[in-house]
Amino acid sequence: MDFDQSIFLQALTSKEFLSGAVLSLELAAVSQVAATLIGLFVALAGISKSKTLRSLAWAYVWFFRSVPTLLLLLIVWNAAPQIIPALRDNWYSPFLAGFVGLSVVEGAFMAEILRSALLSVDSGQKLAARALGLTPAQTFLRVELPQAIKVALPPTGNEFIGMIKYTSLASVISLQELMTTAQVQVATTFRYAEFYTAALVYYLVIVSAVMVLQHQVEKRYRWVSLPAKTRPRVERVPATLKGL
Amino acid sequence: MSETTTTPRQTVKTVLEVRNLHKTYGNQEVLKGVDFTVGSGEVKVVLGRSGSGKSTMLRLMALLEPLDAGEVIFKGKRIGVDANNRPVRERALARQRSEIGMVFQRFNLFSHLTVMQNVTLAQRLTRKAGAAEAKARAAEMLDRVGLGSHLHHFPSELSGGQQQRVAIARALVLNPSVMLFDEPTSALDPELVNDVLAVMEQLAADGMTMVVVTHEMSFARRVGTDVALFDQGVLVEQAPPEEFFTNPQQERTRNFLRHIH
Repeated sequence: MDFDQSIFLQALTSKEFLSGAVLSLELAAVSQVAATLIGLFVALAGISKSKTLRSLAWAYVWFFRSVPTLLLLLIVWNAAPQIIPALRDNWYSPFLAGFVGLSVVEGAFMAEILRSALLSVDSGQKLAARALGLTPAQTFLRVELPQAIKVALPPTGNEFIGMIKYTSLASVISLQELMTTAQVQVATTFRYAEFYTAALVYYLVIVSAVMVLQHQVEKRYRWVSLPAKTRPRVERVPATLKGL
Repeated sequence: MSETTTTPRQTVKTVLEVRNLHKTYGNQEVLKGVDFTVGSGEVKVVLGRSGSGKSTMLRLMALLEPLDAGEVIFKGKRIGVDANNRPVRERALARQRSEIGMVFQRFNLFSHLTVMQNVTLAQRLTRKAGAAEAKARAAEMLDRVGLGSHLHHFPSELSGGQQQRVAIARALVLNPSVMLFDEPTSALDPELVNDVLAVMEQLAADGMTMVVVTHEMSFARRVGTDVALFDQGVLVEQAPPEEFFTNPQQERTRNFLRHIH
């Protein structure tokens, strides 16, 4: 059987694939945002003075890094409603279940990224902020956090790209995301190559767009006033060494 | 400047004072009961080997670390503690800290902010100054330290000497009653030291009350109202520069000066 270009192009431009891709991207985006917030609180607990908080943070990271995402999604979607009757209602959608499963797992990984980013901020920065009379909250939000974000950006971009691909796992909980869309089409037509390639193209496009976005954000965190070429050199060469 | 030295000692109003200051890190007693006073318009220069406790005293004076025993008195009032002598909370400490300017050895400029933003941040947050007012004051102060043309640069684009002068402006703009300098030129390349010392000397001439921990002997001689020597957690000797350098009373001071010259 040949690769039928017209089937491929039809799939690529179909409403189903587009809405599947949009759903994947939406799920990834909201899950990543929630995971980053979870990660921030777990990271703060992990570096706090309280031993209890540190233990809880450690337990969270240990548990959710250990459990396979696929297994957790099945637990959240299939097992949880058996135990908690309230989850049997209609509001408990596959999207919501996917969101919960993906964000709590990713939260553990983001916690480690943010913990190391916060620890990387030079202690003199905090000292200077305190000396100027900034409150602990102001010191954290206005000085420590912006500097930690710069360090956390590249690995977070990495995680977000991973998250986009992890949304394909939500196909097991009947969420109509990109992967499920491809599977459904394949099941009725047996045109594996065409539909899988169409899905592949979508993932490539989404990830490429995210990479461009990440580059733009990182540029804003470079903290230089001028383009590198026109920037004055600050290193001074002692007069005695000039001309060597 | 010369007026302060001719003023009789008793009439100089005390701005910042520590009494019987103790501090231990682990099992290392860094301060063993230090008394130290700086009066309005005075420039107290503190000398001593590294580990002698001089920088620790400065940090405790600036309320950056809790003290083990003793008192810090600012304008006649004990700070860092409440009416029952219990340590006050961080928010109250923050308010008290903003009255005391501190300059660090490693500048510690906020690397994510421009020169201008470095100098406006604390004005906006601790003094609740408006944006225009904060900017105007910052620009004026940066002009005073010779960096009026670098407002929109980031710290990484400045030399160490320039960064330190921004750090001085950042502290000064809050109108502190006293400025504490913790080895302000020790991290600088030799050719950049004088730019920073010149700013500090001007500041002293303008009447600022200062405590300067340093290894710059010529600055101590020229600018100091008094010079003090710390050794092993105690204040060994304190005297006006002329006396301190030419006729030291303590053996430990003579020893220290022998190793410097």
